[in-house]
Amino acid sequence: MSPPRTILSIGGRLMRRGWRRLISMRTALVLLFLLAVAAVPGSLLPQRSLNPAKTEAYIRAHGTFGRLLDRLGAFEVFASPWFAAIYLLLGVSLIGCLVPRIRVHAKAIVSRPPRTPRHMNRLPEHDSWTATGEPGELATATRQMLRRWRVDVRDTDTGVVEVAAEKGYLRETGNLLFHVGLLSALLLIAVGRLWHYEGQIILEEGSGFCNTVLNYDSFQAGRMAQQGRVAPFCVDKMNSFTATYRPDGSASAFRADITYSRGADGAPQHDELRVNHPLRLQGDRLYLLGHGYSPKITVRMPNGRVLSGITAAFLPQDALFTSEGAFALQGKNCATGAGTDLGLQGVFAPDGVTNTLGVTASGNPQPLHPVLAVLAYEGDLGGCTGRPHSVYSLDAAQIATGKLRHVGGANLTVGQTLTLPGGARVTFDGYVQWASLQISHDPTQTYLLIAAGAMVAGLLASLSIRRRRLWLRLTPDGDGHTLITVGGLARSDTGNFTTEFATLTRRLQTAAPPAPAPDPLEPAHH
Amino acid sequence: MAVNPGLAHLSDTLFTTAIATYTLAMGAYTAEYAFGRRGHIAATTTMAMARERILVGAGAPLPTEEWPPLPTPAAALPRTTHRTSAERVGRIAVAITILGVLLHAASIAIRGSAVDEVPWSNMYQFSAVVGLIAVLAFLTLLARMPQIRYLGGLILLPVILLMFLAGTVLYANAEQAVPALQSYWLAIHVTAAASSEGILLTSSVLTMLYLLRRRYDIRAAAAGQPSRYPTALAARLPAPDTLDKVAYRAAVFAFPIYTFGVIAGAIWAEAAWGRYWGWDPKETWAFIAWVIYAAYLHARATAGWKHRAAAWINLTGFAAMTFNFFIVNIVISGLHSYAGLN
Repeated sequence: MSPPRTILSIGGRLMRRGWRRLISMRTALVLLFLLAVAAVPGSLLPQRSLNPAKTEAYIRAHGTFGRLLDRLGAFEVFASPWFAAIYLLLGVSLIGCLVPRIRVHAKAIVSRPPRTPRHMNRLPEHDSWTATGEPGELATATRQMLRRWRVDVRDTDTGVVEVAAEKGYLRETGNLLFHVGLLSALLLIAVGRLWHYEGQIILEEGSGFCNTVLNYDSFQAGRMAQQGRVAPFCVDKMNSFTATYRPDGSASAFRADITYSRGADGAPQHDELRVNHPLRLQGDRLYLLGHGYSPKITVRMPNGRVLSGITAAFLPQDALFTSEGAFALQGKNCATGAGTDLGLQGVFAPDGVTNTLGVTASGNPQPLHPVLAVLAYEGDLGGCTGRPHSVYSLDAAQIATGKLRHVGGANLTVGQTLTLPGGARVTFDGYVQWASLQISHDPTQTYLLIAAGAMVAGLLASLSIRRRRLWLRLTPDGDGHTLITVGGLARSDTGNFTTEFATLTRRLQTAAPPAPAPDPLEPAHH
Repeated sequence: MAVNPGLAHLSDTLFTTAIATYTLAMGAYTAEYAFGRRGHIAATTTMAMARERILVGAGAPLPTEEWPPLPTPAAALPRTTHRTSAERVGRIAVAITILGVLLHAASIAIRGSAVDEVPWSNMYQFSAVVGLIAVLAFLTLLARMPQIRYLGGLILLPVILLMFLAGTVLYANAEQAVPALQSYWLAIHVTAAASSEGILLTSSVLTMLYLLRRRYDIRAAAAGQPSRYPTALAARLPAPDTLDKVAYRAAVFAFPIYTFGVIAGAIWAEAAWGRYWGWDPKETWAFIAWVIYAAYLHARATAGWKHRAAAWINLTGFAAMTFNFFIVNIVISGLHSYAGLN
């Protein structure tokens, strides 16, 4: 009598059935489709990781619908739980499918090819002929023809010799290698994300920075990265930044010439950072990502104080480097509230063209005719409020509330001076260039590359190698002749096995030539 | 090193001449297709064979993983010893195609020497390379399976359309690459992408023909009478198994190249943008197309998905790839904005 059905055994059965369904090819196919479909919104909707400003604007513009999408994770598709659910299920399904396959394949590799079937004529390809000689010697001769095959020769009690051969094991090996490579790659990506860090900094010619988190303008790190522990190195100084242009005005090269040192007291070294040529040191990579101009000014206060050579990085607004930025000169004492701040908001154009409306824009990315258009403000910049705001503009709230008053403005060429009503004089001295640098760290990258290489190698093997089985039965007829029957089976769906089998048979016949005596079983000579 | 305007102009002229040559070849292939030896009698023979095959296939499950070799109609039909005029036209069509390929390749090579770098950094140049690879893929398949020759016109049609679009809408003057593209990875990554896309273009055309032919056979077997237009167009196509197999082989050849292209792109992105993968729209669609083609390869090994379903997955993959080329480049802005159309 069978044991009573308990809830547990039913549950176990359901789980087994569910597991079998999960690891089936059909499920894998459905999951692959889901993965492809789930990635689509990630390219059609703005994504926070790529463009936060655009994402917020999209949400605002679409009201409730936008907020609903946001709650569903549509703006962080690749970090959303549903996207993760699909690839994790796919990963589990893949593991469930791979483990038994690896076991079966390992067994196949160490075992002998399957025995010769009794009825060769049931195989898709078969042939036979009579050769002169004993089965044993003919088997040895034909074996020579199957050099790249795994061959197993068995002598039976009746004097019949059976040869079983198989080739193309590398096909399955490659297939497994690809999938194991894929799984490792996914794992390495996940580990890399947890331990990675990335920082961005804008560096002007003549200045430097050390690789500490605080020095970066922005910094992102994975959950497991310890923020205090970044690779110790310093870019002592960016000696120069050079952009070269072709006669048609298009850029041909960007170069940042830097002096850097490894560790706390390493010797200074030189390097030239270029686009596509990062500096790799101590597991970190230093990239040149962008560039721009920092106008340089000298301010002479009415009280005789001179602030010379002040620079501020301006952000390019178009391909011709019309750039916007601001100078904030704090004069107010936060403790006493005494004094006045001076703020300059401006547009810098490396090749300034001012239209009839007085708007300055650049006509060329090269500094052919630098123009600095400034609007000067006096009052309270808001620096004492502690409220953070962009260093590339003055605090608009302070202007709106009248705490910053517009006191003048001018379009300056190099050497020109703007005198403000209060007596302060602003002289446009010229510019320095800045480069935006990024430092990146990902501990798994090298291993990921190896995994990717394994994927390609595995793919090539699994798609190009043909798995074939071949069997021979050599039956002696007692008067010095042997009847040879050959059968073949294609275990993979590539190539034209019929022609392949015919070629093989012909090759076997060079080792065991058909006997000259006419025989009804003998095929036509080639 | 500046752009050489004389060479750039010569390249453009050769490009136009190549389109004209392909068009001529397409006309010749179509003539062979229309007036070929497989006229009315041959078509009915094929139909009868197809009917028989479907009846057999439905009843008896096949004993092995591999289908037994079936005689393709072209091979089964009696061959005449002397060449018919249609056959002669077909041979001339191949010769014209080869001439077109030479002109086409010369146009790309001369564009390359005009700008002094690999000439595939904008959509025009990329389309030119994809078209060339598609025709080369067809010629390669043709060398192995001469019976698909008269399909040349159907392969050349999308190539001519692509090249026409390239020469008009997508055209960009010969210019040297911006610093972001100055890397040997441009040659590696884009060559892999263009080659695989060209081969997959050929694969998708063959898949469409397969679906058409399959429908024709099923209708013929069910109704016992020829289909109406447009299914009737399939009357002279090769056997569905042949088309399916050739399409699969082309995809199988292209898939590792495509995979390598994506990986090469990731390696380049690591050197150029500071990360190997960032879900840039181009990367996202490359991923989508890769996943769909992976599904195609798996579907081919899954019972119940092998034939019609797998064919549709192949076409979906190609649609994703086409979307990635036209829509992502032109409409969606991302880091891969090198279309040269601005």
